[in-house]
Amino acid sequence: MAFESYQLKRADFIFKNENDWEKILSRTLSRPPQEIINELMSSELKGRGGAGFPTGLKWKLTAEESASVKYVICNADEGEPGTFKDREILSLVPYKVLVAMAVCGYVIGAANGFIYLRGEYKYLVPELNKAIKEFEYYCKEINHNFNISIFLGSGAYICGEETALFDSMEGKRGEPRNKPPYPTSSGYMGKPTVINNVETLAHTFTIFKYGAKKFYDLGVQYSRGSKLFSVSGDTPKPGIYELELGMSLQDFVEEFGDGDTKAVQVGGASGFLVPRKKFAETAIGYKGKLTGISLPTGGSMMLFNSSRSMYNVLDNYLEFFKEESCGQCTPCRVGCQQLYSGIKAVKRGEKPAQYLDKLLKLTETMQLTAKCGLGQSVANSFSSIVENFREEMIY
Amino acid sequence: MNPVQDLIKSLADKHGKNRENLLPILQGVVEQEKYLSEYSMIEIARELDLPAAEVFGTATFYSFLEHKKMGKYIIRVCKTITCSMKGKNQILHAIEDMLKVSIGETTPDGKFSLMQTNCLGWCHKAPAMLINNDIYTELTPEKVREILGEYMKRES
Repeated sequence: MAFESYQLKRADFIFKNENDWEKILSRTLSRPPQEIINELMSSELKGRGGAGFPTGLKWKLTAEESASVKYVICNADEGEPGTFKDREILSLVPYKVLVAMAVCGYVIGAANGFIYLRGEYKYLVPELNKAIKEFEYYCKEINHNFNISIFLGSGAYICGEETALFDSMEGKRGEPRNKPPYPTSSGYMGKPTVINNVETLAHTFTIFKYGAKKFYDLGVQYSRGSKLFSVSGDTPKPGIYELELGMSLQDFVEEFGDGDTKAVQVGGASGFLVPRKKFAETAIGYKGKLTGISLPTGGSMMLFNSSRSMYNVLDNYLEFFKEESCGQCTPCRVGCQQLYSGIKAVKRGEKPAQYLDKLLKLTETMQLTAKCGLGQSVANSFSSIVENFREEMIY
Repeated sequence: MNPVQDLIKSLADKHGKNRENLLPILQGVVEQEKYLSEYSMIEIARELDLPAAEVFGTATFYSFLEHKKMGKYIIRVCKTITCSMKGKNQILHAIEDMLKVSIGETTPDGKFSLMQTNCLGWCHKAPAMLINNDIYTELTPEKVREILGEYMKRES
Protein backbone atom coordinates (compact mmCIF):
# COMPACT_ATOMS: atom_id res chain seq x y z
CA MET A 1 0.00 0.00 0.00
CA ALA A 2 2.68 2.45 1.02
CA PHE A 3 4.57 1.80 -2.19
CA GLU A 4 1.79 2.33 -4.69
CA SER A 5 3.69 5.04 -6.47
CA TYR A 6 7.08 3.35 -6.23
CA GLN A 7 6.74 0.71 -8.86
CA LEU A 8 9.54 -0.88 -10.75
CA LYS A 9 10.17 1.20 -13.85
CA ARG A 10 12.79 0.50 -16.45
CA ALA A 11 14.92 3.26 -17.93
CA ASP A 12 17.29 3.31 -20.86
CA PHE A 13 19.93 6.01 -20.74
CA ILE A 14 23.26 4.53 -19.71
CA PHE A 15 23.68 2.01 -22.52
CA LYS A 16 21.92 4.05 -25.16
CA ASN A 17 24.46 4.63 -27.86
CA GLU A 18 24.90 8.36 -28.45
CA ASN A 19 26.58 9.16 -31.74
CA ASP A 20 27.01 12.83 -30.94
CA TRP A 21 29.40 12.76 -27.99
CA GLU A 22 31.76 15.16 -29.76
CA LYS A 23 28.97 17.70 -30.03
CA ILE A 24 27.89 17.17 -26.41
CA LEU A 25 31.49 17.61 -25.25
CA SER A 26 32.15 20.85 -27.11
CA ARG A 27 28.72 22.23 -26.25
CA THR A 28 29.23 21.53 -22.55
CA LEU A 29 32.77 22.91 -22.56
CA SER A 30 31.41 26.20 -23.88
CA ARG A 31 29.20 26.69 -20.82
CA PRO A 32 30.47 28.51 -17.71
CA PRO A 33 31.67 26.00 -15.05
CA GLN A 34 29.24 27.39 -12.48
CA GLU A 35 26.33 26.66 -14.81
CA ILE A 36 27.44 23.04 -15.20
CA ILE A 37 27.72 22.65 -11.42
CA ASN A 38 24.24 24.13 -10.98
CA GLU A 39 22.85 21.75 -13.56
CA LEU A 40 24.36 18.76 -11.73
CA MET A 41 23.13 20.00 -8.37
CA SER A 42 19.60 20.50 -9.64
CA SER A 43 19.57 16.99 -11.10
CA GLU A 44 20.20 15.71 -7.56
CA LEU A 45 22.55 13.04 -8.93
CA LYS A 46 24.21 11.16 -6.09
CA GLY A 47 27.25 8.91 -6.28
CA ARG A 48 26.42 5.54 -7.81
CA GLY A 49 29.24 3.61 -6.18
CA GLY A 50 27.12 3.15 -3.09
CA ALA A 51 27.99 6.03 -0.76
CA GLY A 52 25.61 8.46 -2.41
CA PHE A 53 27.47 11.76 -2.05
CA PRO A 54 25.88 14.53 -4.19
CA THR A 55 27.97 14.70 -7.36
CA GLY A 56 27.42 18.39 -8.09
CA LEU A 57 28.54 19.32 -4.58
CA LYS A 58 31.69 17.23 -4.94
CA TRP A 59 32.62 19.06 -8.14
CA LYS A 60 31.74 22.42 -6.58
CA LEU A 61 33.91 21.87 -3.50
CA THR A 62 36.86 20.81 -5.63
CA ALA A 63 36.36 23.72 -8.03
CA GLU A 64 36.51 26.13 -5.08
CA GLU A 65 39.96 24.90 -4.04
CA SER A 66 42.72 27.26 -5.11
CA ALA A 67 45.43 24.67 -5.89
CA SER A 68 46.99 24.91 -9.34
CA VAL A 69 47.15 21.13 -9.78
CA LYS A 70 44.01 19.02 -9.39
CA TYR A 71 42.95 15.60 -10.59
CA VAL A 72 39.91 13.76 -11.90
CA ILE A 73 39.75 10.06 -11.09
CA CYS A 74 37.27 7.53 -12.34
CA ASN A 75 36.88 4.76 -9.79
CA ALA A 76 36.68 1.54 -11.80
CA ASP A 77 37.83 -0.72 -8.98
CA GLU A 78 34.53 -2.54 -9.04
CA GLY A 79 35.12 -5.24 -6.43
CA GLU A 80 31.93 -5.46 -4.43
CA PRO A 81 30.59 -9.02 -4.72
CA GLY A 82 27.61 -9.06 -7.05
CA THR A 83 28.50 -5.88 -8.95
CA PHE A 84 29.48 -5.91 -12.60
CA LYS A 85 27.83 -2.86 -14.15
CA ASP A 86 30.94 -0.67 -14.40
CA ARG A 87 32.71 -3.23 -16.55
CA GLU A 88 29.76 -3.17 -18.94
CA ILE A 89 29.78 0.66 -19.11
CA LEU A 90 33.49 0.72 -19.87
CA SER A 91 33.06 -1.94 -22.55
CA LEU A 92 29.96 -0.55 -24.25
CA VAL A 93 29.91 3.23 -23.78
CA PRO A 94 33.40 4.28 -22.61
CA TYR A 95 33.11 7.64 -24.39
CA LYS A 96 30.42 8.78 -21.92
CA VAL A 97 32.85 8.31 -19.05
CA LEU A 98 35.64 10.07 -20.94
CA VAL A 99 33.44 13.05 -21.83
CA ALA A 100 32.35 13.34 -18.20
CA MET A 101 35.95 13.25 -16.99
CA ALA A 102 36.98 15.99 -19.43
CA VAL A 103 34.03 18.16 -18.43
CA CYS A 104 34.88 17.61 -14.78
CA GLY A 105 38.48 18.60 -15.49
CA TYR A 106 37.22 21.79 -17.13
CA VAL A 107 34.88 22.59 -14.22
CA ILE A 108 37.41 22.05 -11.42
CA GLY A 109 40.54 23.11 -13.31
CA ALA A 110 42.33 19.78 -13.82
CA ALA A 111 44.38 18.76 -16.84
CA ASN A 112 44.86 15.10 -15.92
CA GLY A 113 42.47 12.26 -15.35
CA PHE A 114 42.98 8.66 -14.36
CA ILE A 115 40.85 5.58 -14.62
CA TYR A 116 41.74 3.26 -11.74
CA LEU A 117 40.83 -0.09 -13.26
CA ARG A 118 40.84 -3.24 -11.15
CA GLY A 119 43.45 -5.80 -12.20
CA GLU A 120 40.71 -8.37 -12.71
CA TYR A 121 39.49 -6.27 -15.66
CA LYS A 122 42.85 -6.00 -17.39
CA TYR A 123 41.35 -7.43 -20.59
CA LEU A 124 39.46 -4.13 -20.99
CA VAL A 125 42.68 -2.16 -21.41
CA PRO A 126 43.29 -2.46 -25.19
CA GLU A 127 39.80 -1.30 -26.19
CA LEU A 128 39.71 1.34 -23.49
CA ASN A 129 43.05 2.74 -24.61
CA LYS A 130 41.73 2.89 -28.17
CA ALA A 131 38.73 4.89 -26.96
CA ILE A 132 40.99 7.21 -24.95
CA LYS A 133 43.23 7.80 -27.97
CA GLU A 134 40.31 8.69 -30.17
CA PHE A 135 38.94 10.91 -27.43
CA GLU A 136 42.20 12.76 -26.86
CA TYR A 137 42.55 13.26 -30.59
CA TYR A 138 39.20 15.00 -30.65
CA CYS A 139 40.09 17.08 -27.57
CA LYS A 140 43.17 18.34 -29.39
CA GLU A 141 41.05 19.24 -32.41
CA ILE A 142 38.86 21.50 -30.32
CA ASN A 143 41.92 22.82 -28.46
CA HIS A 144 40.96 21.33 -25.15
CA ASN A 145 43.86 20.08 -23.09
CA PHE A 146 42.96 17.00 -21.06
CA ASN A 147 44.85 13.72 -20.67
CA ILE A 148 43.43 10.46 -19.45
CA SER A 149 45.43 7.40 -18.47
CA ILE A 150 44.62 4.02 -17.04
CA PHE A 151 46.07 2.93 -13.71
CA LEU A 152 45.75 -0.78 -13.08
CA GLY A 153 45.03 -2.26 -9.67
CA SER A 154 46.36 -5.62 -8.56
CA GLY A 155 43.56 -7.50 -6.86
CA ALA A 156 42.73 -5.56 -3.69
CA TYR A 157 39.07 -4.90 -2.92
CA ILE A 158 39.91 -2.18 -0.41
CA CYS A 159 41.37 0.00 -3.16
CA GLY A 160 37.82 0.84 -4.18
CA GLU A 161 37.75 2.96 -1.01
CA GLU A 162 38.72 6.33 -2.39
CA THR A 163 41.61 7.22 -0.09
CA ALA A 164 43.05 3.69 -0.29
CA LEU A 165 42.86 4.11 -4.05
CA PHE A 166 44.96 7.29 -3.86
CA ASP A 167 47.59 5.53 -1.78
CA SER A 168 47.62 2.64 -4.23
CA MET A 169 48.18 5.08 -7.11
CA GLU A 170 50.98 6.69 -5.12
CA GLY A 171 52.80 3.36 -5.01
CA LYS A 172 51.87 2.45 -1.46
CA ARG A 173 49.85 -0.23 0.26
CA GLY A 174 46.18 0.44 -0.39
CA GLU A 175 45.31 1.49 3.15
CA PRO A 176 42.51 4.01 3.75
CA ARG A 177 43.45 7.39 5.18
CA ASN A 178 41.77 9.26 7.98
CA LYS A 179 39.09 11.70 6.84
CA PRO A 180 39.11 14.67 6.90
CA PRO A 181 40.84 15.91 4.86
CA TYR A 182 38.45 14.83 2.14
CA PRO A 183 39.55 14.17 -1.43
CA THR A 184 37.97 17.44 -2.56
CA SER A 185 40.75 19.27 -0.70
CA SER A 186 43.48 16.62 -0.45
CA GLY A 187 43.28 13.55 -2.67
CA TYR A 188 45.77 12.01 -5.07
CA MET A 189 49.28 13.33 -4.32
CA GLY A 190 47.70 15.59 -1.72
CA LYS A 191 45.94 17.61 -4.41
CA PRO A 192 42.22 18.41 -4.65
CA THR A 193 40.66 15.48 -6.47
CA VAL A 194 37.25 14.57 -7.79
CA ILE A 195 36.83 10.82 -7.61
CA ASN A 196 33.63 9.46 -9.09
CA ASN A 197 32.33 5.99 -9.78
CA VAL A 198 32.14 4.91 -13.44
CA GLU A 199 28.34 4.91 -13.42
CA THR A 200 28.12 8.33 -11.78
CA LEU A 201 30.22 9.78 -14.60
CA ALA A 202 28.09 8.06 -17.22
CA HIS A 203 24.96 9.63 -15.68
CA THR A 204 26.48 13.11 -15.93
CA PHE A 205 26.69 12.55 -19.69
CA THR A 206 22.93 11.97 -19.73
CA ILE A 207 22.48 15.21 -17.79
CA PHE A 208 24.77 17.17 -20.12
CA LYS A 209 22.88 15.89 -23.13
CA TYR A 210 19.27 15.92 -21.99
CA GLY A 211 19.34 18.41 -19.12
CA ALA A 212 18.90 18.00 -15.39
CA LYS A 213 15.11 17.82 -15.55
CA LYS A 214 15.05 14.66 -17.61
CA PHE A 215 17.13 12.94 -14.94
CA TYR A 216 15.33 14.52 -11.99
CA ASP A 217 11.97 13.37 -13.32
CA LEU A 218 13.02 9.77 -12.80
CA GLY A 219 12.96 8.15 -9.38
CA VAL A 220 11.43 9.51 -6.21
CA GLN A 221 12.11 12.29 -3.74
CA TYR A 222 15.69 12.14 -2.34
CA SER A 223 16.47 9.34 -4.77
CA ARG A 224 16.37 10.90 -8.20
CA GLY A 225 17.27 9.33 -11.48
CA SER A 226 17.87 5.82 -12.67
CA LYS A 227 20.50 3.36 -11.54
CA LEU A 228 22.10 0.23 -12.91
CA PHE A 229 21.37 -2.95 -10.99
CA SER A 230 23.55 -6.01 -11.23
CA VAL A 231 21.19 -8.93 -10.74
CA SER A 232 22.56 -12.37 -9.91
CA GLY A 233 21.99 -15.47 -7.84
CA ASP A 234 18.76 -17.48 -7.99
CA THR A 235 17.04 -15.62 -10.78
CA PRO A 236 15.86 -16.72 -14.21
CA LYS A 237 17.22 -13.50 -15.71
CA PRO A 238 20.59 -12.52 -14.30
CA GLY A 239 22.12 -9.43 -15.87
CA ILE A 240 22.36 -5.65 -15.77
CA TYR A 241 19.19 -3.57 -15.66
CA GLU A 242 18.64 0.16 -15.52
CA LEU A 243 15.76 0.94 -13.18
CA GLU A 244 14.37 4.06 -11.59
CA LEU A 245 15.27 4.48 -7.93
CA GLY A 246 12.66 4.12 -5.24
CA MET A 247 11.11 0.79 -6.22
CA SER A 248 9.94 -1.58 -3.53
CA LEU A 249 11.88 -4.75 -3.08
CA GLN A 250 8.60 -6.65 -3.45
CA ASP A 251 8.23 -5.39 -7.02
CA PHE A 252 11.84 -6.19 -7.71
CA VAL A 253 11.45 -9.77 -6.54
CA GLU A 254 8.25 -10.22 -8.54
CA GLU A 255 10.17 -9.19 -11.63
CA PHE A 256 13.46 -10.98 -11.01
CA GLY A 257 12.75 -13.74 -8.50
CA ASP A 258 12.31 -17.40 -9.35
CA GLY A 259 9.08 -17.70 -7.39
CA ASP A 260 10.87 -19.08 -4.36
CA THR A 261 12.95 -16.12 -3.23
CA LYS A 262 13.87 -16.39 0.40
CA ALA A 263 16.05 -13.32 0.75
CA VAL A 264 17.81 -10.64 -1.27
CA GLN A 265 21.24 -9.25 -0.50
CA VAL A 266 21.08 -5.56 -1.39
CA GLY A 267 24.41 -3.77 -1.90
CA GLY A 268 26.78 -6.72 -2.00
CA ALA A 269 28.64 -8.32 0.87
CA SER A 270 28.88 -4.93 2.57
CA GLY A 271 25.13 -4.37 2.18
CA PHE A 272 22.06 -5.80 3.85
CA LEU A 273 20.22 -9.08 3.59
CA VAL A 274 16.48 -8.58 3.41
CA PRO A 275 14.29 -11.59 4.25
CA ARG A 276 11.03 -12.33 2.45
CA LYS A 277 8.84 -10.90 5.20
CA LYS A 278 10.42 -7.48 4.77
CA PHE A 279 10.30 -7.24 0.95
CA ALA A 280 7.11 -5.13 0.99
CA GLU A 281 8.41 -2.55 3.46
CA THR A 282 11.83 -2.11 1.85
CA ALA A 283 12.57 0.36 -0.90
CA ILE A 284 15.75 0.80 -2.90
CA GLY A 285 17.04 4.34 -2.72
CA TYR A 286 19.05 6.72 -0.60
CA LYS A 287 17.99 7.38 2.97
CA GLY A 288 15.18 9.86 2.94
CA LYS A 289 11.48 10.06 3.18
CA LEU A 290 10.53 6.75 1.59
CA THR A 291 8.01 5.00 3.76
CA GLY A 292 9.58 1.99 5.35
CA ILE A 293 13.21 1.01 5.17
CA SER A 294 15.26 2.46 2.33
CA LEU A 295 18.56 0.95 1.34
CA PRO A 296 21.21 2.75 -0.65
CA THR A 297 23.13 0.45 -2.91
CA GLY A 298 25.92 0.30 -5.43
CA GLY A 299 23.44 -1.79 -7.39
CA SER A 300 24.36 -5.32 -6.37
CA MET A 301 21.23 -7.45 -6.01
CA MET A 302 21.79 -11.10 -5.16
CA LEU A 303 18.78 -13.34 -4.85
CA PHE A 304 18.66 -16.50 -2.75
CA ASN A 305 15.93 -19.11 -2.93
CA SER A 306 14.86 -21.54 -0.24
CA SER A 307 17.48 -24.12 -1.27
CA ARG A 308 20.27 -21.86 0.04
CA SER A 309 21.74 -21.97 3.51
CA MET A 310 22.15 -18.48 4.91
CA TYR A 311 24.97 -19.82 7.05
CA ASN A 312 26.94 -20.62 3.91
CA VAL A 313 26.19 -17.17 2.54
CA LEU A 314 27.47 -15.44 5.68
CA ASP A 315 30.48 -17.74 5.86
CA ASN A 316 31.36 -16.80 2.29
CA TYR A 317 31.05 -13.05 3.01
CA LEU A 318 33.16 -13.29 6.17
CA GLU A 319 35.89 -15.18 4.37
CA PHE A 320 35.82 -12.41 1.79
CA PHE A 321 36.13 -9.64 4.41
CA LYS A 322 38.78 -11.50 6.36
CA GLU A 323 40.91 -11.70 3.22
CA GLU A 324 40.21 -8.21 1.96
CA SER A 325 40.59 -6.30 5.23
CA CYS A 326 43.71 -4.19 4.75
CA GLY A 327 44.84 -5.04 8.27
CA GLN A 328 45.64 -1.48 9.22
CA CYS A 329 43.12 -0.99 12.05
CA THR A 330 42.54 -3.56 14.77
CA PRO A 331 38.71 -3.58 14.90
CA CYS A 332 38.52 -4.68 11.28
CA ARG A 333 41.59 -6.94 11.12
CA VAL A 334 40.84 -8.87 14.28
CA GLY A 335 37.07 -8.41 14.11
CA CYS A 336 36.72 -10.07 10.70
CA GLN A 337 38.80 -13.04 11.84
CA GLN A 338 36.81 -13.43 15.05
CA LEU A 339 33.47 -13.28 13.25
CA TYR A 340 34.66 -15.81 10.70
CA SER A 341 35.86 -18.32 13.28
CA GLY A 342 33.02 -17.43 15.68
CA ILE A 343 30.14 -18.53 13.46
CA LYS A 344 32.02 -21.73 12.68
CA ALA A 345 32.39 -22.45 16.41
CA VAL A 346 28.67 -21.92 16.99
CA LYS A 347 27.78 -24.14 14.06
CA ARG A 348 30.04 -26.93 15.34
CA GLY A 349 28.54 -26.60 18.82
CA GLU A 350 31.84 -25.51 20.39
CA LYS A 351 30.20 -22.29 21.51
CA PRO A 352 26.65 -21.81 22.78
CA ALA A 353 24.06 -20.10 20.61
CA GLN A 354 24.29 -17.00 22.82
CA TYR A 355 27.79 -16.49 21.49
CA LEU A 356 26.09 -15.04 18.41
CA ASP A 357 24.99 -12.10 20.58
CA LYS A 358 28.60 -11.47 21.55
CA LEU A 359 29.52 -11.48 17.88
CA LEU A 360 26.69 -9.03 17.17
CA LYS A 361 28.15 -6.74 19.83
CA LEU A 362 31.53 -7.09 18.17
CA THR A 363 30.06 -5.89 14.85
CA GLU A 364 28.62 -2.88 16.69
CA THR A 365 32.10 -2.06 17.95
CA MET A 366 33.51 -2.49 14.46
CA GLN A 367 30.86 -0.17 13.07
CA LEU A 368 31.84 2.50 15.59
CA THR A 369 35.60 2.14 15.55
CA ALA A 370 36.82 0.79 12.23
CA LYS A 371 38.69 3.34 10.17
CA CYS A 372 36.88 2.94 6.87
CA GLY A 373 33.73 1.68 5.23
CA LEU A 374 34.94 -1.91 4.96
CA GLY A 375 35.22 -2.57 8.69
CA GLN A 376 32.18 -0.45 9.45
CA SER A 377 29.93 -2.22 6.99
CA VAL A 378 30.68 -5.82 7.97
CA ALA A 379 27.99 -5.25 10.60
CA ASN A 380 25.38 -4.73 7.86
CA SER A 381 25.38 -8.20 6.40
CA PHE A 382 26.34 -9.89 9.66
CA SER A 383 23.50 -8.48 11.76
CA SER A 384 20.88 -8.67 9.02
CA ILE A 385 21.67 -12.34 8.39
CA VAL A 386 22.13 -13.43 12.01
CA GLU A 387 19.04 -11.60 13.23
CA ASN A 388 16.78 -12.87 10.48
CA PHE A 389 18.13 -16.40 10.14
CA ARG A 390 19.42 -17.16 13.60
CA GLU A 391 18.27 -20.77 13.59
CA GLU A 392 20.23 -21.43 10.39
CA MET A 393 23.39 -20.20 12.13
CA ILE A 394 22.96 -22.66 14.99
CA TYR A 395 21.55 -25.87 13.52
CA MET B 1 73.35 -6.51 -16.27
CA ASN B 2 71.26 -9.62 -15.89
CA PRO B 3 67.83 -10.03 -17.49
CA VAL B 4 65.91 -9.00 -14.34
CA GLN B 5 67.95 -5.83 -13.99
CA ASP B 6 67.37 -5.11 -17.68
CA LEU B 7 63.66 -5.60 -17.25
CA ILE B 8 63.47 -3.35 -14.20
CA LYS B 9 65.53 -0.68 -15.90
CA SER B 10 63.33 -0.68 -18.99
CA LEU B 11 60.17 -0.60 -16.87
CA ALA B 12 61.53 2.33 -14.87
CA ASP B 13 62.41 4.14 -18.08
CA LYS B 14 58.92 3.53 -19.41
CA HIS B 15 56.88 4.44 -16.32
CA GLY B 16 59.21 6.79 -14.45
CA LYS B 17 61.26 6.49 -11.30
CA ASN B 18 58.93 8.12 -8.80
CA ARG B 19 57.13 6.39 -5.98
CA GLU B 20 53.82 6.63 -7.88
CA ASN B 21 55.37 4.52 -10.63
CA LEU B 22 56.08 1.64 -8.27
CA LEU B 23 52.92 -0.38 -8.83
CA PRO B 24 53.17 -0.43 -12.65
CA ILE B 25 56.80 -1.53 -12.30
CA LEU B 26 55.91 -4.32 -9.88
CA GLN B 27 53.14 -5.41 -12.24
CA GLY B 28 55.53 -5.39 -15.16
CA VAL B 29 57.99 -7.66 -13.36
CA VAL B 30 55.24 -10.10 -12.36
CA GLU B 31 53.92 -10.14 -15.93
CA GLN B 32 57.34 -11.17 -17.22
CA GLU B 33 58.86 -13.19 -14.37
CA LYS B 34 55.59 -14.66 -13.03
CA TYR B 35 56.50 -13.52 -9.52
CA LEU B 36 58.44 -11.01 -7.45
CA SER B 37 61.58 -12.52 -6.01
CA GLU B 38 63.35 -10.90 -3.11
CA TYR B 39 66.09 -10.09 -5.57
CA SER B 40 63.68 -8.28 -7.92
CA MET B 41 62.28 -6.24 -5.06
CA ILE B 42 65.74 -5.18 -3.92
CA GLU B 43 66.67 -4.27 -7.49
CA ILE B 44 63.46 -2.23 -7.89
CA ALA B 45 64.24 -0.44 -4.63
CA ARG B 46 67.73 0.35 -5.92
CA GLU B 47 66.42 1.60 -9.27
CA LEU B 48 63.79 3.87 -7.66
CA ASP B 49 66.00 4.85 -4.74
CA LEU B 50 63.49 3.61 -2.18
CA PRO B 51 64.02 1.59 1.00
CA ALA B 52 63.67 -2.09 0.11
CA ALA B 53 61.20 -2.46 3.01
CA GLU B 54 58.86 0.03 1.34
CA VAL B 55 58.92 -1.92 -1.89
CA PHE B 56 58.33 -5.13 0.03
CA GLY B 57 55.46 -3.52 1.95
CA THR B 58 53.68 -2.43 -1.21
CA ALA B 59 54.41 -5.63 -3.10
CA THR B 60 53.01 -7.89 -0.39
CA PHE B 61 49.74 -5.95 -0.13
CA TYR B 62 48.29 -6.96 -3.49
CA SER B 63 46.95 -10.44 -4.14
CA PHE B 64 47.88 -10.39 -7.84
CA LEU B 65 51.54 -9.68 -7.10
CA GLU B 66 52.82 -13.19 -6.44
CA HIS B 67 55.84 -14.01 -4.31
CA LYS B 68 56.57 -17.50 -5.42
CA LYS B 69 57.29 -18.62 -8.91
CA MET B 70 53.99 -19.23 -10.70
CA GLY B 71 53.21 -21.20 -13.79
CA LYS B 72 53.07 -19.68 -17.25
CA TYR B 73 49.29 -19.72 -17.03
CA ILE B 74 47.73 -18.68 -13.73
CA ILE B 75 44.20 -19.99 -13.34
CA ARG B 76 42.14 -18.00 -10.85
CA VAL B 77 38.75 -19.49 -10.08
CA CYS B 78 36.24 -17.10 -8.48
CA LYS B 79 35.11 -18.30 -5.07
CA THR B 80 32.76 -15.50 -4.06
CA ILE B 81 29.12 -16.16 -3.31
CA THR B 82 27.39 -16.46 -6.69
CA CYS B 83 30.15 -18.50 -8.31
CA SER B 84 30.17 -20.64 -5.18
CA MET B 85 26.43 -21.22 -5.49
CA LYS B 86 26.64 -22.00 -9.18
CA GLY B 87 29.13 -24.83 -8.98
CA LYS B 88 32.59 -23.40 -8.37
CA ASN B 89 33.64 -26.59 -6.58
CA GLN B 90 32.88 -28.81 -9.56
CA ILE B 91 34.98 -26.50 -11.68
CA LEU B 92 37.86 -26.74 -9.22
CA HIS B 93 37.59 -30.54 -9.12
CA ALA B 94 37.64 -30.74 -12.90
CA ILE B 95 40.80 -28.63 -13.02
CA GLU B 96 42.49 -30.49 -10.16
CA ASP B 97 41.68 -33.75 -11.87
CA MET B 98 42.99 -32.71 -15.20
CA LEU B 99 46.17 -30.96 -14.05
CA LYS B 100 46.85 -33.15 -11.00
CA VAL B 101 47.44 -30.14 -8.76
CA SER B 102 45.64 -28.70 -5.74
CA ILE B 103 44.77 -25.09 -5.05
CA GLY B 104 47.93 -23.05 -4.64
CA GLU B 105 50.10 -25.49 -6.57
CA THR B 106 51.91 -25.35 -9.89
CA THR B 107 52.25 -28.22 -12.34
CA PRO B 108 55.75 -29.78 -12.38
CA ASP B 109 56.32 -28.56 -15.95
CA GLY B 110 55.72 -24.99 -14.72
CA LYS B 111 52.86 -24.44 -17.11
CA PHE B 112 49.80 -24.00 -14.86
CA SER B 113 49.15 -22.64 -11.38
CA LEU B 114 45.75 -23.07 -9.78
CA MET B 115 44.45 -20.34 -7.49
CA GLN B 116 41.16 -19.11 -6.09
CA THR B 117 40.26 -15.44 -6.11
CA ASN B 118 37.56 -13.07 -4.91
CA CYS B 119 34.71 -11.69 -7.03
CA LEU B 120 35.69 -11.33 -10.70
CA GLY B 121 32.61 -9.29 -11.59
CA TRP B 122 30.83 -11.93 -13.69
CA CYS B 123 28.20 -13.06 -11.17
CA HIS B 124 25.46 -13.05 -13.81
CA LYS B 125 27.47 -15.58 -15.81
CA ALA B 126 28.79 -17.65 -12.93
CA PRO B 127 30.94 -19.60 -12.41
CA ALA B 128 33.87 -17.65 -13.80
CA MET B 129 37.65 -17.89 -13.92
CA LEU B 130 40.62 -15.97 -15.23
CA ILE B 131 43.52 -17.58 -17.04
CA ASN B 132 46.20 -14.89 -16.91
CA ASN B 133 44.24 -11.89 -18.20
CA ASP B 134 41.53 -13.75 -20.10
CA ILE B 135 38.10 -14.31 -18.66
CA TYR B 136 36.00 -17.48 -19.03
CA THR B 137 32.39 -17.56 -17.83
CA GLU B 138 29.36 -19.83 -17.50
CA LEU B 139 31.73 -22.68 -16.87
CA THR B 140 30.83 -26.33 -16.69
CA PRO B 141 33.29 -29.17 -16.03
CA GLU B 142 33.12 -30.10 -19.74
CA LYS B 143 33.74 -26.54 -20.83
CA VAL B 144 36.70 -26.23 -18.47
CA ARG B 145 38.25 -29.44 -19.81
CA GLU B 146 37.90 -28.09 -23.33
CA ILE B 147 39.47 -24.74 -22.43
CA LEU B 148 42.38 -26.35 -20.56
CA GLY B 149 42.85 -28.82 -23.42
CA GLU B 150 43.48 -25.87 -25.70
CA TYR B 151 46.01 -24.36 -23.30
CA MET B 152 47.76 -27.71 -22.92
CA LYS B 153 48.42 -27.78 -26.64
CA ARG B 154 50.25 -24.48 -26.40
CA GLU B 155 53.99 -24.65 -25.79
CA SER B 156 55.14 -24.30 -22.21
